[in-house]
Amino acid sequence: MNTTQTMSVGDASHLGGAAAATPTAPPERGLRAGTSSRQARRTRWAAVGFAAPLLAYLAAFYALPLYRNIELSLHDYTTRAFVQGNAEFVGLANYVDVVHSDTFTKALVNTGLFVAVSIVFQYSIGLALAVFFRQNFRLSGLLRGMFLIPWLLPMIVSASTWSWMLNSDSGIVNSVLQAFHVGQINWLTSPDTALLSVIIANIWLGIPFNLVILYSGLQNIPVDVYEAASLDGASGWQKFRLITFPLLRPVSGITILLGLIYTLKVVDVIWIMTTGGPGDASTTLAIWSYREAFGTGQPDFSPAAAVGNLLILIALVFGFVYLRMQRRMEES
Amino acid sequence: MNKSTTFRAISLFGVLTVAAAGLTGCSSESAGTAGDSTAAAGGTYTWWDPYPQHDESSDWGKRVAACGTEAGVTLERTAYDTTALTNQALLSAQEGTSPDVILLDNPAVSTLSDTGMLTTTDELGLDISAIDANLIAAGQLDGDTYGVPVGANTLAIYYNQDVLDAAGVDPASISDWAGLTAALEKVTAAGNKGITFAGIGTEEGSFQFLPWFWGAGADLTTLDSPEAISALQLWTDWVDGGLAPNSVISNSQNTTWEEFLTGDFGFAVNGTWQINSAAEAGFTTGVITIPAADGGAAPAPTGGEFITTPVQKDDSRYATTTKIVECMTTTEGFVETGNTFAYYIPPTAAGQDQILAEHPELATWIDAVAAAKGRTSDDLGTDYPKISEQLWTAVQEALSGSASPADALTKAQKAAESALS
Repeated sequence: MNTTQTMSVGDASHLGGAAAATPTAPPERGLRAGTSSRQARRTRWAAVGFAAPLLAYLAAFYALPLYRNIELSLHDYTTRAFVQGNAEFVGLANYVDVVHSDTFTKALVNTGLFVAVSIVFQYSIGLALAVFFRQNFRLSGLLRGMFLIPWLLPMIVSASTWSWMLNSDSGIVNSVLQAFHVGQINWLTSPDTALLSVIIANIWLGIPFNLVILYSGLQNIPVDVYEAASLDGASGWQKFRLITFPLLRPVSGITILLGLIYTLKVVDVIWIMTTGGPGDASTTLAIWSYREAFGTGQPDFSPAAAVGNLLILIALVFGFVYLRMQRRMEES
Repeated sequence: MNKSTTFRAISLFGVLTVAAAGLTGCSSESAGTAGDSTAAAGGTYTWWDPYPQHDESSDWGKRVAACGTEAGVTLERTAYDTTALTNQALLSAQEGTSPDVILLDNPAVSTLSDTGMLTTTDELGLDISAIDANLIAAGQLDGDTYGVPVGANTLAIYYNQDVLDAAGVDPASISDWAGLTAALEKVTAAGNKGITFAGIGTEEGSFQFLPWFWGAGADLTTLDSPEAISALQLWTDWVDGGLAPNSVISNSQNTTWEEFLTGDFGFAVNGTWQINSAAEAGFTTGVITIPAADGGAAPAPTGGEFITTPVQKDDSRYATTTKIVECMTTTEGFVETGNTFAYYIPPTAAGQDQILAEHPELATWIDAVAAAKGRTSDDLGTDYPKISEQLWTAVQEALSGSASPADALTKAQKAAESALS
């Protein structure tokens, strides 16, 4: 009993981060007797009390769903088993099925393309705009605000608008192209362009996020560095390459990591625009998981959970890559 | 630095694991208490349906309430979106808190009855002898019947009289695929668009493809039969030849209808539920049954809800539930439901005669419903959703040109076989 309490207190202070650890240095082991130990115990109880709501929250909203997801993926939950609660334990069979499925390679490649292309363009366009808006010119505030619109619109609105604009027969994009004598492009309905179309829409959706974070990162770069560079005769490009970009690296790292994780799990844009089709042409892992669970008349929770867990693993790998990069940066 | 990050990560993981283990112990218990509200209050019965567009003050809301009053209880009605309803029903069954009555979309009936969460009509003592055999089939699994259709709807082809007149096409002359394709060619030659339908990669896509699939004589157990290939070839040729727009690949039935309402299209495949909208369109509309390959009406899939009664812990509730169901399924009840929604054809001969007397313009629809076929019929039951998924995928691949109809269907058949094994 006692051991578990001490353990959770220790953990709780670590959850609170460095702030909790530094001010009150832990009591020396030798002094742990009589009054001071009772006092320490009381403080510990208080700490448990303060940490409890957070722990309960984490358990209910993070640990439990994660546990349930893993449990779903290790059993064979047919709809019957789902209701009767007697799903057969199948170990990793669902994962084996998922990996050997025809859809897997396609979905994995699509996910890779979707994430990589989205991030590259979201980040570079977001950075270009952030640098551009750094020079405060007239109406720059208003313009910057307008760039946030994609972020503020409900997803169903922006994704539907994109799918109307890209409609093969009556979309505005094709009618403009036809004015320039480019033939009809079946943006959303051709296997060659469906993925490209959803990537374009996703890039547009992700630019505001990159713009906002990178812009605030730029505010933290001291102006005198640029002034000194100007005195040394640095050109605009040199200032960007040698000052802005290196000093922005920590912010860029977190922006790209968050972007990666958001993009990995995107379902709504793709589902609304193409439902992952035609065929599997724009199916990503997230779409596949959603389709298995909710997209057909017969919910298949187990394979859906298995795909979902694979996605979590992929996101985790990127998280560790980020931690490693950050550590290396701190060391240098 | 290095060490503290690692340590923090490990300790966080530790807390989560302990918390997860602690919580799962009590999770099943808490789920059990959550839904007792349904069982409380003796005179209250619960009713779920997929019509969120009708609130309590609507005709439908009042009608449900009236059936409760007639049975001597208060009916508490909750409306969900169709897909959400199936998921909610599964969850409530898992927690043992099912409502007394659920109006379920017909292909979901076999899925839910397979879980053992629905009572049979025999258990409730319901008389289902008057219901048309082709309509009740969707609710039958291994010889038992798990619900009664409250009405039926199905697909037919709407046409734009103005466009057909301009092209010199007589809709009455269309009796087979060749005749329809010829009509489409005339319409496009006259400068209008041919036909629009929904080929979207969801159940709606299969729903719309089935009349052609069955109309060719194909069977859902063999997706790659020559008949099936000829049906998919028909659709593919229409799209490739410009007789149908390329957007049909991503069209839902609603989008299809919006396209038709622009007035540019000669024909549109859509359902009974658009009757009112068609009457209000800015042009004259009419409707023909979907032709089979060699003439005659093709069997279209039946749409519409079944009234089902989930298993209750307290079986004394069934007597009242039976009264509520019977209130909805008398001839008058069927006709009233049909009139309330303006798009439901009663599932009994007596009901059809009566609604035809009141609304002679429904004649085509009554023929279409008589020729219709349940998607889960032919003893497919819970296999249907898996086959359907492969079918709509094949349709998508053929229409988008990523595979020929034959290749797409061969692949679909293989995938369906492995999904069912």
